[in-house]
Amino acid sequence: MAASTNVRSVGWATYPVRVLVIRADLVDEIVAHARRDHPDEACGVIAGSEGADRPERFVPMLNAARSPTFYEFDSGDLLRLYRDLDSRGEVPVVIYHSHTATEAYPSRTDVSYAAEPDAHYVLVSTREQDTHELRSYRIVDGVVTEEQVEVVETYMFAHTGADDVPDNV
Amino acid sequence: MAVTVSIPTILRTHTGGEKAVEAKGGTVAEVIDDLESRHSGIKDRLITNGSLHRFVNIYVDDEDVRFAGGLEAPVQESSTLTILPAVAGGMR
Repeated sequence: MAASTNVRSVGWATYPVRVLVIRADLVDEIVAHARRDHPDEACGVIAGSEGADRPERFVPMLNAARSPTFYEFDSGDLLRLYRDLDSRGEVPVVIYHSHTATEAYPSRTDVSYAAEPDAHYVLVSTREQDTHELRSYRIVDGVVTEEQVEVVETYMFAHTGADDVPDNV
Repeated sequence: MAVTVSIPTILRTHTGGEKAVEAKGGTVAEVIDDLESRHSGIKDRLITNGSLHRFVNIYVDDEDVRFAGGLEAPVQESSTLTILPAVAGGMR
């Protein structure tokens, strides 16, 4: 997805930088969900229009494993989710889950299951009570690449997509 | 009559980018064999040692085939077969 690569100017050099641009209220939703389900892992997606690489619609999912060390979307929920996304012309721009006792870095299990090459895999760690760690990755063919997370109040002035289209919120 | 097979993003490299393709067969296994004949390599992404890969879900219409006979699950004419990668992971 070309839109996921922003071109940044740093000094003399211009080079592509992987970045997740995400609204602050969506980050708050992820963290709140993770806190609610702690010590079990929480999971969900943030949907957005196909090709826009812009997370818009928060969709918390039930962790069918109800486990502090594993998460899994229920298979029926998964089918309903993807049908709903398809009917709206959306894709899972962000797939998030929490780690409740370790850092926000993809485990070997996370990598072996990761099957959305265009998604931003967001991990949030709730192991500290007062602070959280939120990081984002691309996981393609078993290769993990961390990316910057740019939290914005609105996509109006963000670097991806059209600047002249206001948010629907 | 053919079955419509919905292809997830990660497998669209095998279908020339197509989101849905047609295939024939009376069971899930036969549909997959028919897919393989025209979209080489896709079978290995779905089946390991004769059984459905644990990272993959296949549905006949609304039914997850794991609960409906596995690869031998019957497929009716004009059914939709949906392939979706499981969304799972965790610290473990």
